[in-house]
Amino acid sequence: MQATATDSKAGSKSKLSVSGATKIYQTRTGAVHALEDVSLDVREGEFLCIIGPSGCGKTTLLWSMAGLHPLTRGRISIDGDQITKPHPQIAMIFQDANLLPWRNLEKNIELPFELKGTKPDHERINRLLDRVGLVGFGNKHPRELSGGMQQRASIVRSLAVDPSVLLMDEPFGALDAFTRDEMNLLIQEIWMETGKTIAFVTHSIPEAIFLADRIVVMSARPGRIASIYDVDIPRPRPVSIQTEPEFIARVMEIKTRIDSQRGQELDHSAVA
Amino acid sequence: MNKALEDTIPTFNKKDAGDENVSLSGGLAALGAAGGARTRLEIAVIILVAVIIIGGAELILTVMEVPQYILPTPSQIVTALFTEWPFIWPHLLVTLFELFVGFAIGASIGFVLAAVITQFPFVEKVVTPYILLLVTTPMLALVPLLILRFGFGSEPRIIAVALASGPMVMINSATGFRRTDLAKIALARSFGANTIQIFTKIRIPMAMPMIIVGLMVGSIFGLLTTVGAEMVGGAEGLGNRLTYYSSLIRMPQFFAIILLLAAIGISIYVFFFWFGKKWASWEA
Repeated sequence: MQATATDSKAGSKSKLSVSGATKIYQTRTGAVHALEDVSLDVREGEFLCIIGPSGCGKTTLLWSMAGLHPLTRGRISIDGDQITKPHPQIAMIFQDANLLPWRNLEKNIELPFELKGTKPDHERINRLLDRVGLVGFGNKHPRELSGGMQQRASIVRSLAVDPSVLLMDEPFGALDAFTRDEMNLLIQEIWMETGKTIAFVTHSIPEAIFLADRIVVMSARPGRIASIYDVDIPRPRPVSIQTEPEFIARVMEIKTRIDSQRGQELDHSAVA
Repeated sequence: MNKALEDTIPTFNKKDAGDENVSLSGGLAALGAAGGARTRLEIAVIILVAVIIIGGAELILTVMEVPQYILPTPSQIVTALFTEWPFIWPHLLVTLFELFVGFAIGASIGFVLAAVITQFPFVEKVVTPYILLLVTTPMLALVPLLILRFGFGSEPRIIAVALASGPMVMINSATGFRRTDLAKIALARSFGANTIQIFTKIRIPMAMPMIIVGLMVGSIFGLLTTVGAEMVGGAEGLGNRLTYYSSLIRMPQFFAIILLLAAIGISIYVFFFWFGKKWASWEA
């Protein structure tokens, strides 16, 4: 938390609060220190990107926020409630869409309702399907759809239960560059329309700058927060800003910071 | 299961998802390879080959005047099947009954055992060698012993069938249950799923292709064991008829029984193939 956290969105209160989060995995080959004393506030309605090299604990941090595994030390809370197990106000969007291959799209989207034992909100689902352009694909199985369509379906699945927080774990990492731009635009629009609080893990610096209000840069082994950047580019941001000199300058700035932190480790993963 | 999630570093490496996928690998794809969709031409050729083989056999056996007790002609076999049917079908029912009951018992136990054992890696490691022993030992060898204990009725055969098919179902189902991947469990958990829901909505569907392979292989093993056990002792069943007809050198009837056994085997295959198409087509 050494970087200053000056507000870009004035007056926002904290939605998700992480304090002193430390996570040590006990594995067969010994302890892996994934997170070390991470403290962070995600503000209400904020789009926060978490970025860093592989193994910096960003996915671990996100999974902890989702209540999927407990911290070794520290505390994470949503609206003051400590998160000890998955919270109904929090929905997670995974890498590679993570649809269940044996269910068609409709059944995949109804999964959260099924698990909660409630009736699917068909009206809301249809509105969302229409919003992401998936009307008429309900009876298709995931393997019949492109990667982008799968990920759109998984976004619908998460939004269908109307959570207030979306946690996204490198959701577009496996998509080609064009589809990725498209998805980034879509998620920006959805965020602007719904006002959800989003924490978005990525290892693409341009993607982070394009999407985020604030970028948290993490460093590896153990994972901790290296610096935090505010991104004050006005919205909506068109895909074309990614080629503007000012945007590229921001990318270079963050990249230089990450590289200098990483020292000799430099060559390993920045490419990914 | 929660424990496993806590102590596993979230990775999505496809390799992690299915360590031991390789054993009877490809799951249903392996079944599909032999029975995939065919074009009309392919079907026509398959039938043509059958006609040539059967017709050729008929012709050669007749022309060469091969005695019936060495090899009956196809027409003699089919005729025998029809004329002897009133005497054969009670035995057919006995065989089917033993196979069905034995398989149902063995498969249920195998399935439940697989589901439970894969939840406890330590138990699984301890139990697996013994299950392998059961899979690889021909259960037929136990039949004489079982007959001593249970007599010449259906019981020893049913037990032998259960012992032959159960471990097969179990070992394949276990492979299926092992490969349930972390991301899908995490997905369900993130929506608040409890352990039972994770089991019914994630683990079972995920394991289904391998479970079906296990059921198919197990039931074929069961058929083998049923017939074998009937040949060892007792006075009923198709296996018993094989020994009976061959001892009387009634070869057309003998081959008619073989024809029936082949039909049972094929029916089992077709049933599970259809079953797989319906419940595990997502993997093929």
